Amino acid sequence: MRVHVDQERCQGHNRCFALAPNLFDVDDYGLAHELHDGVVAPGDEHQARVAAANCPEFAIVIDEEG
Amino acid sequence: MTSSHPPVLDFAADFDHMDPAWVADPYPIWDDLRHRCPIAHSDRYGGVWLPTRHEDISAIAYDTDHFSSRGVIVSELKPIIEAPVGPAPPITSDPPFHSLARRLLLPAFSPRAIAAWEPATRQLCRDLLDGLGDADACDAAADYAQHIPPSVIARMLGLPPEDDGVFRDFVHHVIETVDADPETRQAGFARFDEYLDGHIAEHAAYPRDDLISYLLEAEIGGAHLSPTHVRGTVVLLLIAGVDTTWSAIGAALWHLGSHADDRQRLVAEPELMDRAVEELLRAYAPVTMARLVARDVELAGCPMKAGDWVLLPFPAANRDPDFFERADEVVIDRELNRHAAFGLGIHRCLGSNLARLEVRVAIEEWLSRFPDFEVTDQAAVMWASGQVRGPRQVPVRILAPR
Repeated sequence: MRVHVDQERCQGHNRCFALAPNLFDVDDYGLAHELHDGVVAPGDEHQARVAAANCPEFAIVIDEEG
Repeated sequence: MTSSHPPVLDFAADFDHMDPAWVADPYPIWDDLRHRCPIAHSDRYGGVWLPTRHEDISAIAYDTDHFSSRGVIVSELKPIIEAPVGPAPPITSDPPFHSLARRLLLPAFSPRAIAAWEPATRQLCRDLLDGLGDADACDAAADYAQHIPPSVIARMLGLPPEDDGVFRDFVHHVIETVDADPETRQAGFARFDEYLDGHIAEHAAYPRDDLISYLLEAEIGGAHLSPTHVRGTVVLLLIAGVDTTWSAIGAALWHLGSHADDRQRLVAEPELMDRAVEELLRAYAPVTMARLVARDVELAGCPMKAGDWVLLPFPAANRDPDFFERADEVVIDRELNRHAAFGLGIHRCLGSNLARLEVRVAIEEWLSRFPDFEVTDQAAVMWASGQVRGPRQVPVRILAPR
């Protein structure tokens, strides 16, 4: 599984960084990006889905096959 | 404050967000309108629209071409200072100026910058609780919640924290006199501008490490910010940083003092705190924003004309059953919670990280001191009128002080 933060949609709500700091980080402006090229380690899939489902802007894209 | 407007008989065609029925309990009104309209209209305030579905509220928030932020508080008085700057940048700014003004402020409110304020916020909460002594009754809003946000934002800005009463009076004037005559409303703004100008001048003479000094140093396109921009941003941070979070803390404590099951669960399972904070923010989101229609546009069959107001009730979006399961219930451990309490789109609440910190720490410290308490008189719980909803009074009985 891979995750990606759509930079056009992210508005810095910071939900992904709060819920899955091992998958996402934020810059000095509070805008989010994925860590490790978006690769989700085995066992972190649920966390990734929860982070995506809590993004108010629908900014997190999950590729189940990635 | 009582409204000077006639009572509302039909919220679909003549709604008023200052009406006592709305102030007391807006949720059934929005539920009804969602089925019937779903976008209501009123001729009050010179013409105002009210979307109630998440779908329409988010569409308006994202469409900055047709919906300007030059006016964000619906009142009889339309703003004099035009976009793109507006009277309180960047909340009253439109693109492209908006992102320049916002980028200046974002670093001070980033997750890591805000985390640094946790110890001071926690100490403030503990001092307030110490001040309550061993009383067996108090007011969770008036004695506790209302003192937390003004003190924190005053320290960030570099204003005297002991002036928190001045800030509160001003913020109430801005938010709760929207149906007053324009002269009365303007006079209140002018008094506070004078107060702030004194402090800004003092910062210009003696710079220090705070947000006012930072704004005086900041540049956009190689030029310092205009004095009205600096003052407008300070006004914004006070308005946005005082009533909103106070309302969220008050509503959270009101809920926990009225629902023993949720309170006991949160005391027993403190690891649920983050989810509980999000759920209480969803269910009791304090802030309704507004827009001015910039260009004629039709939305969900409604012909919106340039100059019309549009209320943007994010709290109604958060209760939309087409968007949330069990939308009208507080599910204290809700795991999937894509709520819009801090708005959507480019104007996402700048202070959302600070607000979340204050709400979480305020609840944690309260429950640590008073794990068992209850609201004594629901009829005495008074909800604020206007676009920021929260309880001004929450009388509680302390059942088992720790």
